[in-house]
Amino acid sequence: MALAGLGLLFFLLPLAGLIVRAPWDQALAGITAPETATALGLSLFCSLAATAAALGLGIPLALVLSRTTGNVRSVMRALTTLPMVLPPVVGGVALLLAFGRRGLVGSFLYQAFGVQLPFTTAAAVMAETFVAMPFLVIAVEGGLRSLDPRYEEAARALGARGWMVFARVTLPLLRPAIFSGAVLCWARALGEFGATITFAGNFPGTTQTVPLAVYIALETRPESAIVLSLILLAVSLAVLVGMRDQWLGEP
Amino acid sequence: MILATAMVLCACGGQGSGSLPGESDITVFAAASLQQAFDKVGARLKTTNNTKTTFNYAGTQTLTAQLQQGAQADVFASADIAHMNTVEGAGLIAGPSKIFAQNWLEIVVAKGNPKGINGLSDLTRSGLVVVLADPSVPAGKYAQQALSKAHITVRPASLELQVSGVLSKVALGEADAGIVYASDIFTSTRVDGVPIAVDQNVIADYPIGALKHSAHAAEARGFIDFVLSPEGQGILKSSGFLGV
Repeated sequence: MALAGLGLLFFLLPLAGLIVRAPWDQALAGITAPETATALGLSLFCSLAATAAALGLGIPLALVLSRTTGNVRSVMRALTTLPMVLPPVVGGVALLLAFGRRGLVGSFLYQAFGVQLPFTTAAAVMAETFVAMPFLVIAVEGGLRSLDPRYEEAARALGARGWMVFARVTLPLLRPAIFSGAVLCWARALGEFGATITFAGNFPGTTQTVPLAVYIALETRPESAIVLSLILLAVSLAVLVGMRDQWLGEP
Repeated sequence: MILATAMVLCACGGQGSGSLPGESDITVFAAASLQQAFDKVGARLKTTNNTKTTFNYAGTQTLTAQLQQGAQADVFASADIAHMNTVEGAGLIAGPSKIFAQNWLEIVVAKGNPKGINGLSDLTRSGLVVVLADPSVPAGKYAQQALSKAHITVRPASLELQVSGVLSKVALGEADAGIVYASDIFTSTRVDGVPIAVDQNVIADYPIGALKHSAHAAEARGFIDFVLSPEGQGILKSSGFLGV
C-alpha cells in the first residue's frame, strides 16, 4: 500500500514540479512568442503527417499481420514492435544509415534524384513515423484479432467481393481500434526527440519540433521550456481523458 | 600520504557509500569536447591516486542547467567562461575557477576534403550542407563569433545540441562541413580539418572549478591540480588543446 502510494507520488511529483514552477503570468506571452509558435506549428504538422503515414502504411500491415501465422508472423511482429523498445537515438542512427546521403536507399536517392532527406521536414516526419507507427499497428491488429469473423463471412456469403467486405464491413468494425491507435501514435509522434535530432537535426521552422525547442530553451529561456512542457503535458492528458473508455475506464 | 589523507577523509565523512576502503569516487561534469582528454586523465588518476572518476559529458549549457537544478557533482569543467560565470554566480563554485585549457576553432570536413573547402568564406557556397552547433552551446556561440568576424552569413542545415553532433554528421557524410574545436578534429580519425584564419578565429577558454557542495573536496582539488600540472597539461596537448 505504502509502495503503491510511493509509485503514484513518483509520477505526480514531476508534474507538480512543472505546474508549481510554471511562470503563469508569462505563460500567454510564452505561447505566442514567435519561436514557440514556430515550434508548435511544426510539431503539429509533423505529428499529424506522421499519423497519416502510419494510418496509410500501418492498417495494411496490421491486416497482413492478423492473417499470418507461425514463424513469418513472429518475425513480422518483432520487426514491427522493434521501434517501441529501441532507444530513439538508435532509431535515428538506423534511419541515417538507411536514408542518409550515404545510406542504403539514401545514396541511390541522392545520386539519381539529388534528394537529401536528412535536415528536412520530411526527415522529421519519417523519424516520428518510425517510432510511432508500432502503436497504431498493435492497436489495429488487436482490433482485427478480436473481430467476429462471422460478419465478414456473412458479407461474403451475400456476394460481396474482398475489397467491398473490407471497406463496408471490416473497416467500420475496426473504427474504435483505429481511432485509439491513431491517437496513441499521434501522441508518441508529438513527443519524439531522439530519432528526430539524430536523423533530422535541429533548425527552427524546418526540424525544430517542440521537444527539441524545450531542450534548447531549458538553459537560455527556462520559462519558455516550462510553458512548452506544459503544453505537451496538457495534450497528453487530453489524450488520456479522451480515451478514458480504453485506458482509464472499467475493463 | 595523499592516499592516507583520502582514507582518513573517507572514514570520517562516512559518505563514500559503496566505495571500497581507500578508494574514493568523484563526479566530474565536463564539456563534451573534453571527453577524449578527460578519459585519459581519469584513467591516470585511477592508477596514481586511486580516485575513481565518473564523468558526465554533455553540452556545457546542459551541464549548467543540471547544476543550477541541484545536480550533485564535485568538479565542473566548462567550455566557456560565460557558463562558468553563471554557475559561480549561483554560488556553487568553491573559490575562483581557473582556465586550464584553450581551444581553437576549425572547419571539419570529410576525410580528404572532397569539396575543396579552404576557409570560412567557402561555407556560403550553394549546395553545401553546413551544420553548426546551436548558439546556446559554447561551440555554436564561438562559431557565430568567427563567422561575424569574417563578415559571413551561413545558412546551416541544422543547429546541433552539442559539438559532437556536428562532428558525427560530417563523419557520417550527411553534412559537408561544420565548425568545431580543433581538438575534436585532432582526435578524430574519420574527418579532416581546415584551419580558420587567425584574424577570424576565436579562442575558447576552458575554466574548471570545484563544486562547493562536494563531499570529496580533497579529491576534487586533486583532480583540478592534476589537470593544471605539467602531466595533465601534456595530456590535454596530446588531445589537441592548447595548454595554459
